[in-house]
Amino acid sequence: MKVWALHLAVVAALFALQFVLPPYHATNLARIMVLAVFAMGYNIAFGYTGLLSLGHAVFFAAGMFGMGLPVWHLDWTALPALITGLAAGGLVAGAVGLLALRTAGVSFMIVTLMFAQAGYLLLLYFGAVTGGDEGFVVETSSRSVFGWNLSEDGPRYVAALTLFAAALLSCLWLVRSPFGRVMVAMRENEDRSRMLGYNPFRVKLIALVMSGLYAGAAGAVYGLLFGYVGATFATIQYSILPMLYVLLGGAGTVLGPLLGAAVVFYLIDITSAFTDAYFFVVGASLVALVLFAPKGILGTIRERVAAWLP
Amino acid sequence: MSFGPFLLLALLEGTVMAAVLALTAVGLSLVFGVMRVVNVAHGEFFMVGAVLAWFVTTYLPFPPALSWLVALIIAPLIVAAIAALADTLILKRLTYDPEATIVATIGILYMLQQAVLTLYGPDARPVPAPFEWRIQTPWFGYSGYKLFVVAASGAILTAVWLFMTRSRAGLVMRATQVDRDIARAFGINVDRVYAGTFALGAGLAAVAAVLIVPIQQAHYLMGHDPLLLSFVVVIIGGLGSIRGTLVAALVIGLSDGVISMFFSPTLAKILATLLVAMVLVFRPQGLFGAKA
Repeated sequence: MKVWALHLAVVAALFALQFVLPPYHATNLARIMVLAVFAMGYNIAFGYTGLLSLGHAVFFAAGMFGMGLPVWHLDWTALPALITGLAAGGLVAGAVGLLALRTAGVSFMIVTLMFAQAGYLLLLYFGAVTGGDEGFVVETSSRSVFGWNLSEDGPRYVAALTLFAAALLSCLWLVRSPFGRVMVAMRENEDRSRMLGYNPFRVKLIALVMSGLYAGAAGAVYGLLFGYVGATFATIQYSILPMLYVLLGGAGTVLGPLLGAAVVFYLIDITSAFTDAYFFVVGASLVALVLFAPKGILGTIRERVAAWLP
Repeated sequence: MSFGPFLLLALLEGTVMAAVLALTAVGLSLVFGVMRVVNVAHGEFFMVGAVLAWFVTTYLPFPPALSWLVALIIAPLIVAAIAALADTLILKRLTYDPEATIVATIGILYMLQQAVLTLYGPDARPVPAPFEWRIQTPWFGYSGYKLFVVAASGAILTAVWLFMTRSRAGLVMRATQVDRDIARAFGINVDRVYAGTFALGAGLAAVAAVLIVPIQQAHYLMGHDPLLLSFVVVIIGGLGSIRGTLVAALVIGLSDGVISMFFSPTLAKILATLLVAMVLVFRPQGLFGAKA
């Protein structure tokens, strides 16, 4: 009860914030919420199931291009394109998982990294179809859902919040469900879970596909809300960012990705006011996190004060 | 130009690439073999080596050949010192946990990249070759410096091999690789071996960079491709096996040269990355590695 109340309160607070925040920060927050959904997907794989992937950018990009390509080439409207985007994220994750999950640990990281790199290079190689290095702009006319024009500030915020709320609540439900417990069991002790009769490959594959669905949804919505689809979103940097968000907010906590995304976003935003060396901030915070706070903010809070935090 | 000479040119370019790749990848392979650390920042050590070479050749008032030679000695030493520092300050405190070290080296990667971007700028800058000399074949002229790069890489790799198999330090490193607890029980200072290995690996990447920089120009993002290709080579050759790394560097370098020239560099990289993924999935000990 307490748990659901907390998460619904977070959603309600985010809803209320749009009436208070100036437009600049409202747009930032919309971006943060979509990125947080991406990070939640990463968290399902890494935080809960223990799959440290370095290739989630390719799922995000799959969603983005799965949405953007039909709109660009086939003049689809936004809603069916969102669905193809979501499906593309899940499909790519399933295909990568079928092969990559035969490995574990360091090999898994490298295999996912290589698949993501191959995906990025493929986007460049077929530049005639995908827009290559430059990417393409999603026309404002095809960016409306149910009559709402998502290129305007208000509807954009509501759309981001809708996606975020759906993702947050389904993630909360997932990790408290029996299957969510099995995912954690895989992370904690794969051999023992196998002995108890669970099929590790199947559980990890399902977790990875769900993770890919989240990432795909985030990618599709990101492209739609901000009107740009490009191969940059498939670079390794976009695999590192969700990892940073999750590590900072707290791996294996439902609200951690949102917290991590918000903190990193504003950390970069604020530091870029007086230095453009924001990559240094990203790098230094990664190192500091693994050295001093491997459990992240919410992970530490859960350990010290609030053991009930999911 | 007809097919034969074109192929010869592609193979020559591939050999140069293989030579430099072998140096870089042996560094990565040593670090993985001895320390079990996947060093994602390896490409940045390569890049820092190249950038330092630019600083040395630009600000030293010597003739190009001499200042380049100075760079060949100084740049790897500085890079090795940075690496030893990173090992002592960061990796050691993580007790070399594989996943934590990967995250940490990603952090180091970003910090080095940003530091170079801030101090050196976003431009690609040329470093003059120590000597200009062209070999004229009947069909095309070829840079003599590139052939020198191949020879120099060969010499350095031989030295590394002798160091690993014949010297006491190499013996200590191999002992640590086999079993670090037993090595410690025999009074080996494992912390020092690790710091030294990390420094040696990074230094080799820097040597490769100084060799290649007169051909390539120094740029703050140039570490990306060497990192990726070193991963490819080390994995295909079998993680931690130096002989496998050398063979794989030759195979990847030559095929990359040929595919890049006849089709496209992007296609060559796509094939290489997919090959690595498949090797790790279906033959994790590498194509040339012994069964684990």
